Amino acid sequence: MNEERKGLIDKITNSDIWKSIFRHGYEKTGRRYTLQVLQNVWLHLHPPRISRHALNFRFTWCMGGITFLMFLVTAVTGVLLMFYYRPVAEYAFRDVQALEFDIPFGMLLRNMHRWAAHGMVISVMLHMFRVFLTGSYKKPREFNWAVGVILLLITFFLSFTGYLLPWDQLAYWAVTVGTNMARATPVLGHEGPFAPADIITQSNDVRFALLGGTIVGPSTLLRFYILHCIAVPLVASLLMALHFWRVRKDGGISGPL
Amino acid sequence: MDNFLLLITKPDNVPILAMLFLIPFFIWLAYKQARQTDLTGVPSDAALNDKVYVWPYLCRNEFICAIIIMLILGVWSIMIDAPLEEMSDPAKTPNPSKAPWYFLALQEMLVYFDPWIAGVVLPGLIIVGLIAIPYIDINPKGKGYYTIKERPFALAVFSFGFIVLWIVLMIVGTFLRGPGWNIFMPWEYWDPHKLVPLTNVNLSYLFGIRDDMTANFFGFAVVAGYFALGPIFYFWKLKSSKFLQELGLVRYVIVSSLFLCMMALPIKMILRLAMNVKYVWVSPWFNI
Ligand code: HEM
Repeated sequence: MNEERKGLIDKITNSDIWKSIFRHGYEKTGRRYTLQVLQNVWLHLHPPRISRHALNFRFTWCMGGITFLMFLVTAVTGVLLMFYYRPVAEYAFRDVQALEFDIPFGMLLRNMHRWAAHGMVISVMLHMFRVFLTGSYKKPREFNWAVGVILLLITFFLSFTGYLLPWDQLAYWAVTVGTNMARATPVLGHEGPFAPADIITQSNDVRFALLGGTIVGPSTLLRFYILHCIAVPLVASLLMALHFWRVRKDGGISGPL
Repeated sequence: MDNFLLLITKPDNVPILAMLFLIPFFIWLAYKQARQTDLTGVPSDAALNDKVYVWPYLCRNEFICAIIIMLILGVWSIMIDAPLEEMSDPAKTPNPSKAPWYFLALQEMLVYFDPWIAGVVLPGLIIVGLIAIPYIDINPKGKGYYTIKERPFALAVFSFGFIVLWIVLMIVGTFLRGPGWNIFMPWEYWDPHKLVPLTNVNLSYLFGIRDDMTANFFGFAVVAGYFALGPIFYFWKLKSSKFLQELGLVRYVIVSSLFLCMMALPIKMILRLAMNVKYVWVSPWFNI
């Protein structure tokens, strides 16, 4: 059976047509495999070789990779959504409605963006859980764990800033509830303990800085939009690059050695 | 009951529904491997020096994983539409108003502590505590494999924090909190006019203290006494515990304070639910 298949494959790959398309064969050697990784801009973040147990799905749960995949999906769908969405209080909600009803595949686009974002929050939490359970934060990976914690916060913040953008009741009140906490910041929030009442007021505390107003309003929408589409993704990308680089420099995926 | 069905089929609650299955699955997966290591010992060096080429072996795995996940995401996106309610209206507050699902554990803490603790101090401590973990966990064992035997304390504390105080509270916040942020069981009707008589009293009151000044002092003593548990334990055990000696004073202070702050949440929950305690310490500046 195997012999037969090999014969057939040889026959095809030796045919004139095949050879006219592919100039040479594909050697299955370590040299070839190594170059494949080293010479490819997308793959060269990997080392050429890794220990066998790092392939094991049961060890990593693939969760770091899935988090990154979800980030990529939101980046691509997010850019597409930006063509149709204006972060202005008068338009925002209508634009999202138009995405749902008028724009071809607009609903699918929006769904993919939202569910990938939720997926990213799930997978990043599970990734952290896995890294803890395998003790992978221990020397020499202490710093990469710290980078990871910041990435976790950034993931939450990305999702949270995006939550406001549809500008519907769900978005508006979830963000109102979430940002109300900031009032109570000690010293810096106008309802927090130790806040000097004559200096820190409703219109100059940390919550005001976050919202650009005393309630969630048009300037909040613009602020969250810029944070969501530019500032936070930029920081997230830089930190992810650092994170992946450190995974490699710290000796690859942790293992029992 | 109808209400509960409505709740679990809400599109934004699908992720948390998924967590209901994912978390137990991964705990089971980790537990199985941990038990294996604990029974047979850590795998030997020989098996681990075995290296494989990233291309094609790892890239193939990544590719397959990406395809499966994209398929799931694709089906999810085709089947379930992202929610869009009416246009926002600052004058119309929904009841209950909920933060996004991943912040519901924080919102749940608001029931038990004032906003400056629940919304600012405790989240801050969670972040600081998470970053501190690698620097305060000096146990060199259990690195790069699943085990229970070699690091029971670390696992117990983290799992309690992550699973009970984060995931379970998130689920409670999503599925059981209704109008007025009251608890509603799945079979109960969400009555917006439900009134839960607020008979909460301060801890000092339970001890018969009626005068503010004494109450303030009493509260301070209770909180200080709670945090004194750290030093007391240290000096009690230092001589006999090799672990404490290795940990050192600075690390011990950080570990014990973080631990006591974390346990303050379940303790306050129990005090509230069992004895209707409102505050442990009422001072002129803040209440705890
Ligand atoms: C945007 C978020 C994140 C992305 C995209 C990401 C991605 C990755 C990837 C692809 C790996 C390779 C191994 C694996 O897949 O498990 C990894 C490893 C690692 N991650 Fe993350 N991660 C993120 C967040 C975090 C968080 C929240 C933590 C912890 C608090 C963390 C700590 C680590 C550590 C310590 C390693 C090394 C694990 C080992 O050597 O076994 N990362 N990360």
